[in-house]
Amino acid sequence: MVTILVIISIVLAVLAVVQLVRVFESTARLQGGVNPLPTDAENGYQAKMMLVFLFAYLSFFAWLYAEYGDKLLPEAASEHGVGLDTLLGFNFIIIILVMVLTHIFLFYFAFKYVYNKNRKALYFTHSSKLEMIWTIIPAIFLAVIVIYGLSAWIDITIDETPEDAVMIELYPKQFDWTARYGGSDNTLGASNYNMISGTNPLGVITNGSLEQNIADMKAEIVALEEELTTVPAGGIKDEEITELIAKRKRQLAKIESFEGLDAAALAGGDDDVLVKNEFYIPLGQEVSFQFRSRDVIHSAYMPHFRAQMNCVPGMTTQFHFKPTITTEQMREKTQNAEFDYILLCNKICGAAHYNMKMVIKVVELDEYNKWLSEQETFSESITTAEAEGVAEQKSEVDNEISMIEQ
Amino acid sequence: MATTAHNDHHHKETFVSKYLFSHDHKMISKQFLITGMLMAVIGMIMSTLFRLQLGWQGESFKILNFFLGDKWAPDGILDPNMYLALVTIHGTIMVFFLLTGGLSGTFANLLIPLQIGARDMASGFMNMLSYWFFLASSIIMVSSLFIETGPASGGWTVYPPLSALPQAMPGSGMGMTLWLVSMSLFIVSSLMGGLNYVVTVINLRTKGMTMTRLPLSIWALFVTAILGVLSFPVLFSAALLLIFDRMFGTSFYLSDIHIAGEALERTGGSPILYEHLFWFLGHPEVYIVLLPALGITSEVISTNARKPIFGYRAMIGSILAIAFLSFIVWGHHMFLTGMNPFLGAVFTFTTLLIAIPSAVKAFNYITTLWKGNIRFTPAMLFSIGMVSTFISGGVTGIILADSALDINLHDTYFVVAHFHIVMGLSAVLAMYAGVYHWFPKMYGRMLNRKLGYAHFWTTFVAAYGVFFPQHFLGLAGVPRRYYSNSEFPIFEDFVSLNEMVSIFAIIGALSQFVFMFNFFYSMFRGPKASANPWGSNTLEWTTPVEHVHGNWPGALPEVHRWAYDYSKPGKEEDFVPQTIPLEEGELDGGAGH
Repeated sequence: MVTILVIISIVLAVLAVVQLVRVFESTARLQGGVNPLPTDAENGYQAKMMLVFLFAYLSFFAWLYAEYGDKLLPEAASEHGVGLDTLLGFNFIIIILVMVLTHIFLFYFAFKYVYNKNRKALYFTHSSKLEMIWTIIPAIFLAVIVIYGLSAWIDITIDETPEDAVMIELYPKQFDWTARYGGSDNTLGASNYNMISGTNPLGVITNGSLEQNIADMKAEIVALEEELTTVPAGGIKDEEITELIAKRKRQLAKIESFEGLDAAALAGGDDDVLVKNEFYIPLGQEVSFQFRSRDVIHSAYMPHFRAQMNCVPGMTTQFHFKPTITTEQMREKTQNAEFDYILLCNKICGAAHYNMKMVIKVVELDEYNKWLSEQETFSESITTAEAEGVAEQKSEVDNEISMIEQ
Repeated sequence: MATTAHNDHHHKETFVSKYLFSHDHKMISKQFLITGMLMAVIGMIMSTLFRLQLGWQGESFKILNFFLGDKWAPDGILDPNMYLALVTIHGTIMVFFLLTGGLSGTFANLLIPLQIGARDMASGFMNMLSYWFFLASSIIMVSSLFIETGPASGGWTVYPPLSALPQAMPGSGMGMTLWLVSMSLFIVSSLMGGLNYVVTVINLRTKGMTMTRLPLSIWALFVTAILGVLSFPVLFSAALLLIFDRMFGTSFYLSDIHIAGEALERTGGSPILYEHLFWFLGHPEVYIVLLPALGITSEVISTNARKPIFGYRAMIGSILAIAFLSFIVWGHHMFLTGMNPFLGAVFTFTTLLIAIPSAVKAFNYITTLWKGNIRFTPAMLFSIGMVSTFISGGVTGIILADSALDINLHDTYFVVAHFHIVMGLSAVLAMYAGVYHWFPKMYGRMLNRKLGYAHFWTTFVAAYGVFFPQHFLGLAGVPRRYYSNSEFPIFEDFVSLNEMVSIFAIIGALSQFVFMFNFFYSMFRGPKASANPWGSNTLEWTTPVEHVHGNWPGALPEVHRWAYDYSKPGKEEDFVPQTIPLEEGELDGGAGH
């Protein structure tokens, strides 16, 4: 019923407009033909609207600023971020000035020089002097912006990371993050995506994880070969399982090749710490982030620290900063007891892209060290998982086989 | 000679040869316009649908269920996968189908032969093919909306591996394949059109039409076509390699991936290669959209201010400078991909250089209005609006071009606001200016002016109402392409702002139906137009109102002066068409006098 009423009212509205247009046009025809050009009244009205719009536009800007200006990001919580905010403010002053002035000229001229049949426009084709002025003045401003901007950029990106910087790897996948710390030696152990398993989400390579992965892989191959004997030879299933076995064998060869890594590299990962949902960084210490990705491109965005870097599968990227305000201090500053720094994903990565986050806690160094020492290390985590791991691995193989069977 | 040969070809016309497989540039231009408009309506409805979700997150809307069905909007709540699909196809349609195919296709086809004094395009047949490839590609793009796993959903830039691996998201299955097929056809269409435009402008100018007497619209369309011809093949190669990665197991863009529980045996490639190839087209593409808009604006402003365009040669110079620079700035889309910081610095520098020719253009438009004699036709209003959005959106480009500032603003709503205002709105407003201005030439009738005014003001106000507040979202760190912000307490303060934006979006969308009505009503019932309703100087207004093949019934017109002799001192009328010979001792304005 409502639908019918809506349709009827739309039809009536269209008919009304048609009739109105017709009335306009027949009046115009009676008044001696349709003049394609606006009447004096129309010109005058539109000219006034130019001023009205100018006023409305600038007021809208001012209102938005008044209403939402204090709801933007709080002050930067990193050392370089403070400099970036100053740079941003400087650029904003210039562009807002340019934008407001040009708009005043644009709409004021449009208002002032409205059509008058007794007047002729000024035949003014060019002026080298004027054009030089508005090439050179923007060029000077831009030179300042470029020099200022690039010096900030170079400071942030080229500045060498100090030896004692805290090493953290941020590793995204669809749709969550894992943070990995270097542990007591502050060195991230080697890793490879072929090593990824249920108990080793980042593919860290250590003696322990290698042993486990090789054993699991071999067990899987044995299970698959057993399965192969039960299916008729030459069939599709036979072919699929054969292919999978070949693939697993290639993977096994790759994993076994990691045994050739030097002892230091293999030992580096044992004390690594992997955390999810929330990670800590120490106040006043340089934090050096490394980024990889397990599946698609993600982007690690930490807006409060003015920090962002893409996470690209197949390569490692990095970013470093020094946090300057603890979470507690920021809660006081923002008068929001629930405030938390966040890491979010800022490169479209799939359905739950909008919900990929981690909380970042900035704490004093002591507290940070205490927190880190309480976390389970990588070698501990794979040992505890080992017992359950065998059963898990078995069911994984069964799953694979049953998927092929389907 | 070409003239007689051409006329001989067109003895009889059937419905099919006139309306469907026409070789006539005027008809092809209308075909592009109407196809572009239909695509734009689809793109606009999509944006309204996802604005409903963004404005009132998680609320149920019957209309979502009506358009998307139970699968993609169960109980009227938008599915996150479909949200990404809508965003992706909205972007693709608006950038490529409306503002590249629709804009260049319409106005290059209509204006190039008419304004340079040619009987038709250099190759009418290729021109026809260009349209048919465009139509085929449009149909495939739209049909991808109806497949089971949904259309491509990786954003309009379709970065791999997301777009390369069907297991990464539903939209990367069949939908992505159709996207790639459609875009490949689109590129073919664009290349055939572009080559034709370039050749026509170089070879078919009438007697006296030197390059420095060409109207700025032609300069803009000419340079746009060159940009397209040079950059679209690169997108084609990017698409081709992506097709290979998807279908034939190659690894151009893939390496070290573990997805859906499996480590892929695809190593050695890099998604960054795709980004480079994509943006090598992608940035010139921005100017492929913008330059025709600037060209149209130049014509409309000069004609309706009854005043020569200020700094004609500087305007050509800035078109050329922008076009050249547009090829060496693509890296500013990739500051955060881990590229060498020195390279980032170079791209910052080249990008900021573009601000100079752009500033020259903006100042020249404003000076053209100064001491003019302005008639506020709807086309003129849209052009003034375009100058406003070009400035408002352009200045924020200075911030985003700064690699240091981009760290915190990259991929936030600040970027969304920037490019929608400077590229989207400017081009759409200019396209409307063009349609209102040249409608009498296309259809021999006038659009209704009062409806035009209503359309302009609602569109213009709604457009700023939608995009201007988004700067604030970006400065608060809200990422783009988020289905919902409710997961993040820090974005809670912006609920009312998102709601306001969505209301403006709905007003803006409804207002376009006023235009659609005006357009189709006036096409059949509008008052008859005179040959030169705006008192314009350019050659298209010397053709008869009723279209004829070959454009001019008699000999081709001869050009004696530049296109901007408005309000020239000592002349009785306030315009002097290009076909009027110079009087003794009179200097041609275009020659720098």
